[in-house]
Amino acid sequence: MLPLKDEHVALRLVDVCKTFKREKRRKGRWPWQAPHADETATLVRALDHVSLEVRRHEIFGILGPNGSGKSTLVRVVSTLLLPDSGRVEVFGYDVVREEQAVKRLINRVSVEAAFFKKLSAMENLIFGARLYGLPGAEARRRIVAILERLGLDEEATYQPVEDLSRGMQQKVAIARAFLTQPILLLLDEPTTGLDPRSRREVQAFVRELRDTHDATILLTTHDMQEAEQLCDRVAIIDRGRIVASGTPAALKAQVAPPDGAAPTLEDVFLALTGRPLVEWADEEKEVVA
Amino acid sequence: MSTLIREARASYAFVERNINLIKRYWGWEIVWLSYSVANSLAVTYIGAGMGYISGQTVDTQFLIMYLLIGTLVWHFLSVVFDVVSETVAWERWEGTIEYTLMAPISRFTHLVGTTLFSLIYAFFHTAVILAAVVLFFRLDLSGANLGGAALVLLAGSVSFIGLGIVAAILPLLFPERGAQMTHVVQAVLLLVSGIYYPVEVLPDWLQLVSRLSPATYVLRGMRAAILDGAPLVELRATALPLLVLGVVLVPLGVFVFQQAERFAKRTGRLSRDG
Ligand SMILES: Nc1ncnc2c1ncn2[C@@H]1O[C@H](COP(=O)(O)OP(=O)(O)OP(=O)(O)O)[C@@H](O)[C@H]1O
Ligand SMILES: [Mg+2]
Repeated sequence: MLPLKDEHVALRLVDVCKTFKREKRRKGRWPWQAPHADETATLVRALDHVSLEVRRHEIFGILGPNGSGKSTLVRVVSTLLLPDSGRVEVFGYDVVREEQAVKRLINRVSVEAAFFKKLSAMENLIFGARLYGLPGAEARRRIVAILERLGLDEEATYQPVEDLSRGMQQKVAIARAFLTQPILLLLDEPTTGLDPRSRREVQAFVRELRDTHDATILLTTHDMQEAEQLCDRVAIIDRGRIVASGTPAALKAQVAPPDGAAPTLEDVFLALTGRPLVEWADEEKEVVA
Repeated sequence: MSTLIREARASYAFVERNINLIKRYWGWEIVWLSYSVANSLAVTYIGAGMGYISGQTVDTQFLIMYLLIGTLVWHFLSVVFDVVSETVAWERWEGTIEYTLMAPISRFTHLVGTTLFSLIYAFFHTAVILAAVVLFFRLDLSGANLGGAALVLLAGSVSFIGLGIVAAILPLLFPERGAQMTHVVQAVLLLVSGIYYPVEVLPDWLQLVSRLSPATYVLRGMRAAILDGAPLVELRATALPLLVLGVVLVPLGVFVFQQAERFAKRTGRLSRDG
């Protein structure tokens, strides 16, 4: 394996910013026509001076509402987006300058299970494994073992992915990432849309990965309970800014709910942003003109 | 060495995956193959019918071969183009492009793997068409230098790979419109490369453009080899520009693709929702 430049800090973000430009065009106007007054491009600040550190072997949660920048953060770490400014390091390797090294250390699972839907789980996973230099026979062996561990039966392994339930697809996605033995695993809402049982299975597997496979895990979620039960430390992100971070217990200790009941992470979010976490609507994202 | 093995395996990943895709979509493959066979036959029959059309005696056998070479080479090039650009467009559509670009392989490996498949596939497709045409026409290949023709096609394939990579950039940046733009490039090649007629009949300025198309040299070389039985030494004149074009186009294609990838990563164009 690649020697690590930094043995102790799995992920370090320093002052990272990422802004997207969104062109607004009215329907029915030709591309060459001069833009209308209300058609000016808007800038969306998805990451706003984000700094954080994830230590090796941690399960670190990014908790935030829709559109708060969770996926953008994960994409910046996984070399799929270039940060506008700031520094991102994976075990000491810079994601922009040492892209190939970083790629060998990480893998990612996204919310939507991205597969060739007509191909079977096995075919999709073999493809993924070969991209990481695994020989076919060994890949096959590992895939069977992992899928079995994740509770996918043999038959499902050879069916087109589109015929699998959402929960099963998500397990195949996790298998794809795990197959390449990343030491930093990025999970973008790994349990969203899963039924309670699949959710618990996935969570158990995440713990197992950390405990038995020398993996560090960064996961995003908007599920309070998940953050609380699964994560060693949590950062709360809102409109691209980290508003608080620490162990779930420490975060909760920061706030005293009005009725004297035990505080939840929900209360923490409310106290820090003045808004509830769950009712946060999509169209309220920060728009910087 | 271990890096090389890894990259070779990764290259093969694309070949294997696309073969798997063909197996799943075999219905479409048959439709497409049938259409291609019919299309090539139709073009070749123009040669057979030329005598009737003009009312004069023409060398039908020569015309048939002339058009057949055109349609086969054109088919070959189109398949390379379509497969490469469609593969990238398809990956964008399924969302797997993010995973492919995240893998620790060089872009060269990725693109060569994709185009390698397209070449294998194009050879297979073209061979099937040729086999079908042979059933309909009596072809006289006694004086043809078939080995020379194969060499010209092989030399041309390198440039076709380069063109294919350039074609892959468009769907990377523009998920829908990219495939359309690829077809525009294809249309220009069809017009200027002298597929069904000698480029000499084109206006001067289009003849200039034709010099940049590798297909022009492939066709010229293959016609010289098959119709005139030109020996290898004479084929050098067409093979050389092909090799030069290939040596320029492949690295250029990879370089431009990398630039496009950087642009996409800066502006957030890779993700489906973005
Ligand atoms: N590729 C992109 N192009 C343009 N804007 C984008 C792109 N990706 C994200 N954004 C915008 O950046 C902001 C943050 O989005 P992001 O996907 O990171 O949020 P999120 O926390 O993952 O939300 P969700 O819970 O919905 O997944 C949003 O306003 C989003 O619309
Ligand atoms: Mg997201």
